[in-house]
Amino acid sequence: MARIIVVTSGKGGVGKTTTSAAIAMGLAKRGHKTAVIDFDVGLRNLDLIMGCERRVVYDFVNVINEEATLNQALIRDKNCNLLYILPASQTRDKDALSQEGVGRVLDELKKDFKYIVCDSPAGIEKGAHLAMYFADDAFVVTNPEVSSVRDSDRMLGLLASKSRRAEQNEEPINEFLLLTRYSPDRVKLGEMLSVDDVQDILSLHLLGVIPESKSVLNASNSGTPVILDEKSDAGQAYADIVARYLGEDRPHRFIEDKKGFFRKLFGG
Amino acid sequence: MSLLDYFRISKVGTASVAKERLQILVAHERSSKNQPSYLPQLQKELLAVIQKYVNVGQDAISVSFEQDDDQETLELNIVLPDHK
Repeated sequence: MARIIVVTSGKGGVGKTTTSAAIAMGLAKRGHKTAVIDFDVGLRNLDLIMGCERRVVYDFVNVINEEATLNQALIRDKNCNLLYILPASQTRDKDALSQEGVGRVLDELKKDFKYIVCDSPAGIEKGAHLAMYFADDAFVVTNPEVSSVRDSDRMLGLLASKSRRAEQNEEPINEFLLLTRYSPDRVKLGEMLSVDDVQDILSLHLLGVIPESKSVLNASNSGTPVILDEKSDAGQAYADIVARYLGEDRPHRFIEDKKGFFRKLFGG
Repeated sequence: MSLLDYFRISKVGTASVAKERLQILVAHERSSKNQPSYLPQLQKELLAVIQKYVNVGQDAISVSFEQDDDQETLELNIVLPDHK
């Protein structure tokens, strides 16, 4: 049975697209046929993060409007043949998406894919609403920062009231917390909300913590999802998250300050 | 944290302030989210009726709405002025 995952946050710039790219690649690398859809119509960026921006011919809106078939629009990833990308339209606006059209495309994808990852735009308007409407699982991407935590709480309210599962009185969406751009050393100094602080407020199941890492910008510069950088802390953190989502029991890492004694002494 | 940090003037981290502010805000937003939209208007009209008979101030009345699993409670609290 296919599962639809929405990667959402409310606030912009917290790491939704980075996370969508990483977990979609992670799921595909683990042998599950996965599609990742960019719902940010008008401001598409998933294609850049996945490194397939020059291969976009048709997009999500073309498929909804039946100007192209799903197979014409899906781009097979260059690193993993079980991963496909459905890019957003760059020239249309969010009203080009309709609930009926999105539902139809997702139903068709469900026949062929195990996981469908929906990369939500920021905000709570139409694109964000439709990205989460059909979801089975929600990855709530949050930074340890006041505005992000507040917006995440708002999104949780919408997931619980405005989704298909809520409207049809089905089992609620499974909600998971992904805390990104985390700096254990700043938490230790009392300068940043800790994992526990954020969980106290949001009361969500923690799927993982992604440390603030140079590897994320390196990955987006080169158009390869950061999870493929297996030596990097962020890459490993995303691999852990995928494993936990698939039911493996992995201890949490990157929550404690792991700097060596000398680096602590001299900074850096 | 580097050695130099130990010599800096010690200051309380701001994370605890952030947490406290968020806890208050989130609790408030969660409670108001489920309130029916007619509540502010109801409060205004009730106040007008009461003011016809009793000399009370604008903040003499509070209306709160609570929702449990199977029942909804509308709580009205009116503070009457002291008799002197």
